[in-house]
Amino acid sequence: MTELLDWTWQYDGVILLTGILCAVAASLPGNFLVLRRTSLLGDAVSHAVLPGIAAAFLLTHSRTGVSLFVGAIVAGLLTAVLMELIRDIGSVDEGASTGVVFTTLFAAGLVLIVQAADAVDLDPGCVLYGALEDSPLHTWRAGGFEVPRVTLTLAGVLLLNLLFVVLFFKELLISSFDPGLATTGGYSARLVHYLLMIVVAITAVASFEAAGNILVVAMFIVPPSAALLLTTRLSRMIWLSAGIAAFSAAAGNFSATVLPRWLGYRSISTAGMMTLCVGLCFLAAALFSPSAGVVTGWARRLGLSLRILCEDLLALLYRREERGAAGVSGASVDWLSKKLLCSQRLLLLAGWIQQRRGNLVLEGQIWRLTESGRRAAALLVRSHRLWESYLATEGVGPERIHRQAETLEHYTSEGLRNRLDAGTADGAVDPHGSPIPREDEFRIPPV
Amino acid sequence: MSGIFQCLNFAGQLRAEDGSWLLGVADSVWVRLSSLLLFQHYNTRVVVLGALLLGVAAGMVGCFTLLRRRALVGDALSHATLPGVGLAFLLAPLAGLDGGSRLVLLAGAAASGIAGAVAILFIRSLPRLKEDAALGIVLSVFFGAGVALLTVVQQSPTGRAAGLDRYIFGQTASMTADDAWLIAATAALTALLIAGNFRSLTLLCFDEGYASAQGYSIPLLDLLLMFLVVLITMIGLQAVGLILMIAMLVIPAAAARFWTNRLLVMLLISGLIGGVSGFVGALLSAVFADLPSGAVIVLTCGLLFFLSLLFGGERGVLVRSLRRRELAAAIDREHLLRGIWELREPLAERSAAEIDRRAASFDELLSLRSWSVGRLRSQIRHASAEGLVWLNSEGAVELTRRGVMEAERLVHHHRLWELYLITHADVAASRVDREADAIEHVLEPELIARLEQLLLQRQRSGGLPASPHQITGVSTQAAGVSLQEGQQS
Repeated sequence: MTELLDWTWQYDGVILLTGILCAVAASLPGNFLVLRRTSLLGDAVSHAVLPGIAAAFLLTHSRTGVSLFVGAIVAGLLTAVLMELIRDIGSVDEGASTGVVFTTLFAAGLVLIVQAADAVDLDPGCVLYGALEDSPLHTWRAGGFEVPRVTLTLAGVLLLNLLFVVLFFKELLISSFDPGLATTGGYSARLVHYLLMIVVAITAVASFEAAGNILVVAMFIVPPSAALLLTTRLSRMIWLSAGIAAFSAAAGNFSATVLPRWLGYRSISTAGMMTLCVGLCFLAAALFSPSAGVVTGWARRLGLSLRILCEDLLALLYRREERGAAGVSGASVDWLSKKLLCSQRLLLLAGWIQQRRGNLVLEGQIWRLTESGRRAAALLVRSHRLWESYLATEGVGPERIHRQAETLEHYTSEGLRNRLDAGTADGAVDPHGSPIPREDEFRIPPV
Repeated sequence: MSGIFQCLNFAGQLRAEDGSWLLGVADSVWVRLSSLLLFQHYNTRVVVLGALLLGVAAGMVGCFTLLRRRALVGDALSHATLPGVGLAFLLAPLAGLDGGSRLVLLAGAAASGIAGAVAILFIRSLPRLKEDAALGIVLSVFFGAGVALLTVVQQSPTGRAAGLDRYIFGQTASMTADDAWLIAATAALTALLIAGNFRSLTLLCFDEGYASAQGYSIPLLDLLLMFLVVLITMIGLQAVGLILMIAMLVIPAAAARFWTNRLLVMLLISGLIGGVSGFVGALLSAVFADLPSGAVIVLTCGLLFFLSLLFGGERGVLVRSLRRRELAAAIDREHLLRGIWELREPLAERSAAEIDRRAASFDELLSLRSWSVGRLRSQIRHASAEGLVWLNSEGAVELTRRGVMEAERLVHHHRLWELYLITHADVAASRVDREADAIEHVLEPELIARLEQLLLQRQRSGGLPASPHQITGVSTQAAGVSLQEGQQS
């Protein structure tokens, strides 16, 4: 396998590790950005740190080291403060103040960088694309080992973010959901906000080189959003988002190695593929999340309506038998679909399910109730007529009781039936005069 | 950090493009500037006019997204156009088209922009995820996909030549006449679309519920608005680049909001600010060669925003603080007049001759409320300038005839409100003074008339209603309260 992919640990392993570190480091603070409904702060800060970096570079002429982080932190804080200032004193809404501040700061950074352009070699686009593929090339010597520099930096940032989330978990939790409570609790929600901004700025700067702007912005927002669709508990959401981030980074790295071979290209941007993968993860969560997914919700609704149709089918056949036009038992699919107002295809599915359960038999084109089907139908009809009696005694108008009972019958257990029975005066016939089937008569005898 | 500085010297530098003519012209900035202002050079004319038109169009569309509280939708949609550009380039040959042609690329950009808009609406409909997450997800994922596609495109023999990088970085300076025409046509189309849908877009921004009750489809209107954004972004991207595009969609509109409360006026102002920024930015970067034009346009925009924030005629910081100070001054003056009147109220019953002589010493007034010496002094000065009070021979502050009339009006309002609070709002008599204090300054004449009708039928006709509580200053109110409560029980 490794030979097939041309995989080497020194090279591809480092890229994979760097990508995962970057993704997980960004997803941790991202949870709080998403919960505070300020997801785009990640995007804004990662653009707005530019003047800080440029200024740091102009002052120190160093492209590595602490000064860049200091510059980024200052710029990140400046962004947060300016945004709040403009929002509060100008009463501008959040989005607009974000847009104004980060574009202006970015432009200022651009002007600064162009002033410094003579001193550095410029390659347009690397901030956006990132140079993940180059990460193994620049190394630091540490304890006799050649350690890739960006990988080490990102590991440090991940550790910092992890510490931040663990140490300030309670503060972050409360100030994200209820800033007022946080303030009455004795610490400033604003301070927590600024700390978060610092962490976001550091993460953005550290990730720039390794992964580029896009990947870090995507990892700030997308994994936490996907996790939020899957759970409503904060701690679980954080772990899930980290897992999703790591998985998409690995999957992106894998596909960036494999895909170009299939399509006949030389290479494809690893950061781009990681972003694409995390997007797909989000799509999967949006579609298939047990509680919030579109497809699961659709399937649940379909399942419910199918169950109701199955039950209505039996009940209809039972009533037809009960009305007892001599010799009439069973009915054709055509007649049933007209009566039940549903498509033939759906009805055939419902009929097939009931056949499998042994409640129906198909004779030619006619469906007939079996003994167990008759029993199940009788209990449903019993529920229906008990509800009608009950609703009538509660003073619901006779023209409305049928429709309500039609809904309620599908959610009625045996215990509830008996209580309804006890609660209604006459247990023999319903308000329309139809006999109410008795429970014991149709109960399945114990074997 | 191999990368960070290698970035972004994109926004084009006019000198590189226009170097030939610059060399021919005298070196002085003034000569350059004057030649630019007179548009002697075709290339500059094109660039400046293009930037101006783009600014106008983006400024107008930006108003609606701002008012829809979706200012950053331009951010997301401008990123979302990228994969369309790459896909169009890769797929066009399959359909027998030239992948490098501008129209094909623009069509691709528009298609993926609209796909991004639909994705935003879809994500917003999911539980627990809000607008910001929808924008962020579309922004990053679409852009990531676009970057991945572009790295592939770059490897095809024609891809590098097609210059797709321009769609990310933009090159204002290399704008051609064709670009400018395209911008002009799109700006016109945008203006037409806005004019044609003005009513429905207005409803969408201000009262979504009413709009949908009127039979408008909200998702369709949202899509229309986003389509406008895509339209602008599509042509703007290659001309000026991503960040600049976002700035032009957000900043002019946000700045215009400080000047007016009327949408139509806001559209015009926003267009104007966008246009001026485009114009000035392009011009400046033509004059000073090492200023990237895109960045300068944004900075000009930012400066105009800052000026509007401070000096805006409707919601600017200065105007609003001035209004607040005026209100505070008016309230202080009313307190002063009413204070003097009420301190000498017993006089009115003692001697008819003394009715008009209502004076209070400075110290008495000072102890009446929690105002500072300076504030009270300046208040007295203002009131005497207005002819409401004067300093009599004993050095006390005395109401003039007009002052008495004004004070009686104020006392009337204050007591009416107190009576109302006691009889209709069930507020304890000991607390009404303070509550009436807060509201009396903003009572409308119609409300006063209604209060009179409601409360004064059983009062003695004419004259002022008696105060329902003992008249005390703030500092002595505590004693007054206990006395009051004793009387009540």
